[in-house]
This record gives sequence, structure tokens and C-alpha cells, in this order.
Amino acid sequence: MIDMQEELYKVQIDDIFEGPMDLLVHLIKKHEMDIYDISIALITEQYLEYLQWMKAINIDIAGDFILMASTLTKIKSRMLLPVHEEETDDEDPRLEIVKPLEEYLQLKSAANELIARNLLGEDTFVRNPDQENHSMDQDGKIIKVGLFELIDAFQTILEKISEHRGVDIITADTVSVRDRIVQIVEIFETRKSVTFNELFPMNTDKSEVVVTFLAILEMVRLSLINIVQNTQTGIIRLFYL
Amino acid sequence: MENIKNIIESLLLVAEEPLKIDRIKDILALAGKKEIQNALTELSSEYENRKGGFFLREVAGGYQIRTRPEYKEWIKRLIQPKPLRLSKPALETLSIIAYKQPIIRSDIEHIRGVNCGGILRMLLERKLVRMLGRKAIPGRPHIYATTKQFLEVFDLKNLEDLPTPKEISELSDTASENME
Repeated sequence: MIDMQEELYKVQIDDIFEGPMDLLVHLIKKHEMDIYDISIALITEQYLEYLQWMKAINIDIAGDFILMASTLTKIKSRMLLPVHEEETDDEDPRLEIVKPLEEYLQLKSAANELIARNLLGEDTFVRNPDQENHSMDQDGKIIKVGLFELIDAFQTILEKISEHRGVDIITADTVSVRDRIVQIVEIFETRKSVTFNELFPMNTDKSEVVVTFLAILEMVRLSLINIVQNTQTGIIRLFYL
Repeated sequence: MENIKNIIESLLLVAEEPLKIDRIKDILALAGKKEIQNALTELSSEYENRKGGFFLREVAGGYQIRTRPEYKEWIKRLIQPKPLRLSKPALETLSIIAYKQPIIRSDIEHIRGVNCGGILRMLLERKLVRMLGRKAIPGRPHIYATTKQFLEVFDLKNLEDLPTPKEISELSDTASENME
């Protein structure tokens, strides 16, 4: 897929790291499926494709992702088995994934309710605010971007690039992730924010795009930048912290 | 007793954490719980009628004077609160612990489908979560629960005060119909 030197740069993304459940939710939403009527074949195929992507950009795929992949594959194969009419009490094999999904979504909604309360140190304050004060980043119209949205954006950029370039010109001087981070920081020194697409000029080659993407992930990990997406325009914007 | 309401109000102003009725009772010596409760209710409704800059909140088992959320932007010009920066995974983990406590780590990870050792450590450091002890099963895993600090930060009276999670509507409009 993407030709990269092994171990060139390993990205660990603890903070924006999301698990296999999040990936499932992301895919189900993306295809506007009902969680009680999931197309296992499509979801499994897409799920595995995402794992490939994550591998390609050297993200350490945790065992959890593999486990979920095997669960999905197992369900898919069980769905292919013919159903005998006398065994009608056989439950839908998809329940194995639907039940945890249900619980997970419920929990996510609970998390949203919690964060919407009048938080101490954010919405409400006490008289002696010398103790640890708390604040949460939550701007109504802007959401923090997760890993999967970033991968989606990245895929789009790679597609655009292959459209624009018939032949791959071999360039000798490739930029390292470290250098690219420095370059991006330099951009930020002149302005506070930059859009995701601005960092990927049309005339760059794939390896440069990959390096830029890794640089962005690394900067997030180092808490150098904040990535947010406008819910209305879908524009992803990077803020220098 | 002379103006019990005013005494309690003065205590509330100085108290460093939510003031429990029992504590007020210890201080006032002669007042009964009922009397104190009434005074607190009266104070609270006075603040509501006045619609001033603060109100009385029942949090973490006690009472505390807090500023009204409407004026948060102004307060942030006065003080720069350190951001809590709870990432999405951290908030989710915290929610699991809040709703399912007491809970062991493997059960948390089962729901999220992801390892959460790092997040747990961070939540412990921020004193939003504490260890209750160890479960008497092989491996003797730690049992986790939320703290008083958690109740204070999230403006909760107690754990029963946690909002009831809404039915999942986000992904399924026809939820129960398709089930059976």
C-alpha cells in the first residue's frame, strides 16, 4: 500500500487513540446502518480495510483490534451457514456484537450527559478557586477530531493526489517526520491555525503526504496542536497550543 | 437560636468544601437537623429569588455556594482555571466507573474494548477515581470507584444523582421494533 521504511517512525497515539468499538460505531454511522440490522459483510470488510490503513501508517494496532476483527469474521461465517427451520430459537449471531455495542453507546450517551453538566471550574466556581481548577474544551459547534476522521481525511487527500499525478517522479530528498514537524511549527509561528488540507499541497508525492500525516499525529501526541472539525463545514483545522 | 440562617450563610461563605449538615450541626450544637435543613432551603430560595451572581448547590453530600453558569466567561477573565482536559477516552472510562462502580479494570476494558491502564492512572492522579480495595478473585484485581472530587466537579449530590443514560437513539431509530 504505502511504501515506507519499516520502523521509520512509530506513532503512538494515546490521547486520540480510540478502540475497536469506536471504529465499529464510526463505520455503522458512516453507512447509516441500524445497529440492530448491521450488514456484517460490509462492516467486516471495511473494518479490515481500516486495520490495513492503520498498519500502513505504522500505528501500533493493539490486540483489541485484532480480537474484534476475529469476532466479526466469526459472525460473518456463522451468518453464511444455512438456518434449519426447526432451530428457530437459534439467536442471531450478530447479537454477539450488538449487545456490547448497545452497552457502549449507552455509556457514550452517559458520558455526554455528564460533560453537559455545570462543571466546577468550567461553568461554575467556588469562592476560593485556588484548588485545582478544571475546565473542559467543549465548543458548541466544534468537535475534536478522532483518529478515524483523520484517516478518512487522509484517504481523501491520497486519492486526490493520485488523480493529479500520472507519473511518480522520484525525489531524492525526502523530509523526515521530525523535519516536517519543525516546518509545521514554523507555519504556526506566523498564524494561529491552519486547515488540514493546507498542509497537503497538490504537487507533493505520496511519501511526503505520509510524512506530513505522521507529523500531525505526532504533534497531537506531544500536545503541540489541537485538531478540531467544524460540524457544519466539515473543515478540519489545526490549532497551535 | 439567634439567626441560624445567617450563621449558616457565613459558614457556607468560608467553608473550603461542600458543607455537610452534620458538620453544621456540630458547629451549631443546639440546632436540630430539621432546623438546619429548613434554613438551607430558605437560603437557597432567597438566592433564587434574588437571581444574583451565585446560588446554593447541593453537591457531594453537602452544600456549597457556587457562581451561576451564566457568568462563567467573566470569571475566566479574573482567574485562569487550569483546564481539566479530559479526553474522550478518559471521559468514557470515567463514565463507566461512575455508572458501574465498584468495578474492576478488566470489566471496564471489556465495555470499551480497549486497554485503559494509562487512563486509569491519570484519573487516579486527578482524584476523580480511587481504588476501593481488591476483589477476591484470582489475580486479586483492584476495584475502582469515583471520588468525592468527582461529585464536586460534575455537580452531583450523590451517585443516585447521576443522569439516567438516554436510550440509544443516535444509531437506531427503530430500536426495539427490529429486535423481536
